Amino acid sequence: MNKTLLYIALLIISIALPFVFPNYTISLTAMWLLIIVSLTWDMTGGQMGYNSLGNIFFYGTGMYVAAITGISMVYDVGQYTSAAGGGINNFTATQYFSGLGIGAVAAGIFCAISAVILGYLLFGLRGPYFAIGTLGVAIAAGELVSNWEWVGGGQGVSLPVYPGDLDEGKFFFYYLFCTLGIATFIFLKWLYSTRFGAAINAIRDDEEKAEAMGIHTLRYKLVTWSIAAFIVGLAGAFSGYQLIQFEPLETAYQTINLGIFMVVCVLLGGKGTLWGPVIGAILFHVLKEVTWTYFLGWQWVALGALIVVTVVYFQDGLMGWLKHVRPEWFGERVEQKPGSKPSSASQAEAAQ
Amino acid sequence: MSKPIIEVTGVSKSYGGVHANKDVSLKVADGGITGLIGPNGSGKTTLFNSIVGYHPIDCGSVKFQGKEISKLQVPQIARLGLLRTFQQTRIYGEMNCVENMLISIPHRKMSYKDMFKHNSKIDYEKADRLLDFVGLYEKRYLRAGSLSFGQQKLLEFAMALTNEPTVLMLDEPTAGINPTLINGLIDRLQLANSEFGITLFIIEHNMRVIMNMADHIYCLAHGEMLASGPPSEIQNDQRVIDAYLGAH
Ligand SMILES: Nc1ncnc2c1ncn2[C@@H]1O[C@H](COP(=O)(O)OP(=O)(O)OP(=O)(O)O)[C@@H](O)[C@H]1O
Ligand SMILES: [Mg+2]
Repeated sequence: MNKTLLYIALLIISIALPFVFPNYTISLTAMWLLIIVSLTWDMTGGQMGYNSLGNIFFYGTGMYVAAITGISMVYDVGQYTSAAGGGINNFTATQYFSGLGIGAVAAGIFCAISAVILGYLLFGLRGPYFAIGTLGVAIAAGELVSNWEWVGGGQGVSLPVYPGDLDEGKFFFYYLFCTLGIATFIFLKWLYSTRFGAAINAIRDDEEKAEAMGIHTLRYKLVTWSIAAFIVGLAGAFSGYQLIQFEPLETAYQTINLGIFMVVCVLLGGKGTLWGPVIGAILFHVLKEVTWTYFLGWQWVALGALIVVTVVYFQDGLMGWLKHVRPEWFGERVEQKPGSKPSSASQAEAAQ
Repeated sequence: MSKPIIEVTGVSKSYGGVHANKDVSLKVADGGITGLIGPNGSGKTTLFNSIVGYHPIDCGSVKFQGKEISKLQVPQIARLGLLRTFQQTRIYGEMNCVENMLISIPHRKMSYKDMFKHNSKIDYEKADRLLDFVGLYEKRYLRAGSLSFGQQKLLEFAMALTNEPTVLMLDEPTAGINPTLINGLIDRLQLANSEFGITLFIIEHNMRVIMNMADHIYCLAHGEMLASGPPSEIQNDQRVIDAYLGAH
């Protein structure tokens, strides 16, 4: 029951935060984004043992698919993007919200399908080869998009501003990301408790054994990555509309910022746990905001140092460390069979 | 010999210059216990790997229940009901014993919907029952990696039983097991064969064990089939004796 109370308290805090810290709404929204991409990165990286450095591909692709879908519902995309900024940019509130809604769904589905296709090509690779392969996809996609004039080329895309006042818009996006974050957490909590969760853990711990036991390994890998891609695609879609103006290399396919941050968050909090990515993302976000505010100019050095320290000294993260010092919290115990005498094998064992 | 369930014909496999299997043929009788012996490095594990699709074979044919399986992938073959255990015992060290068992429930009938289900009460009962069968009941909530080597072998065996295979191929099930435990393990293997109706195909170095259990034995030497026959014949086969002595 203690746990239920904790969850309710966290929910209330999540809802109340922008009211308590109205000046930090944008930053808090960014924190939710970090939580979402970390949770989904951990699906493959932590739970399944496939470290992707290319999940940012789904973020960028989601951003573009949603934006283009939203625009195409009102204007001709080529005309709209070539007029970038100065020209046509009138959207009614209905057009805005239906563009965002339908665009986000399209983005999620598009990303999920891309993950299946990319998965067929990339899941044959193991360890560092998979990481580099996925990174390659994200970098290539960024380059391709920045040379594609129809979607705005290197200039990127400008989207309409939120049809309401500025503060309302900030709140709107905060709750959009907050809802997606909480939904992702609840979904994963359920998913990891099913056979599915156990199977992807088995793939992580010993894929050959999993194959030898007849587990549909490829099927699990494709489904896992495409679920992650769907969620990241939605996050990318929301981000595009929140940012209003985004461009391909620095914002959409930002391999060295968000693309790496999500990995660091998960390592910091603890790979392969449900809470690890959440805690890691919050911690990382706070550290990042502090360094950006107080150590401006040194922020990248500070972050780099944090990455090095985490990777070298603290590989299992906070949750991994906790599991190590408090294994009983994670359910390890010896248990006698009620009312039965030890079986013959354990007698023989006792005789050893 | 009754109808064969596994039929290996003319299988060869080489690693670079090493001919690990040369034109090997054998039959595993349905419902029986078949043994595979041979000195170290004679190609026994390689043959197992060839049968379960672990690596592509250079030539030859492998049939399971009359169906050619030499082009199939490992998980596909496992789902047909042809299962193997590993010489280097493989269990999920980070999971507890029950979780190891639940991972092993047969995936052959599993649809997409089943993948997202929780394990049923029946699954848990089955896990407990089979862990009890191999004598690991008390240890069932311990991390499998914390078990002794012998216990891990027993766990791997219980996992294989959970999978309800038609044929179970065991690579040295008694290696590294304390002699006092070996008799218990033999009993359980024989029960798996007689009670659960699982055909067994066993690689074994312990002659006492294999001569007692198997009803037919194949002997490999230098990747080639040296001899085959019932235990009494193999035991007294001069070529087999020489091969073992020569290997020392
Ligand atoms: N992956 C591999 N790469 C190269 N050579 C290999 C490989 N696996 C096995 N071999 C070689 O093939 C031969 C047969 O090996 P195998 O493991 O099948 O023998 P075995 O009969 O199982 O021996 P043991 O009783 O020691 O387990 C050996 O000479 C070995 O060195
Ligand atoms: Mg071997």
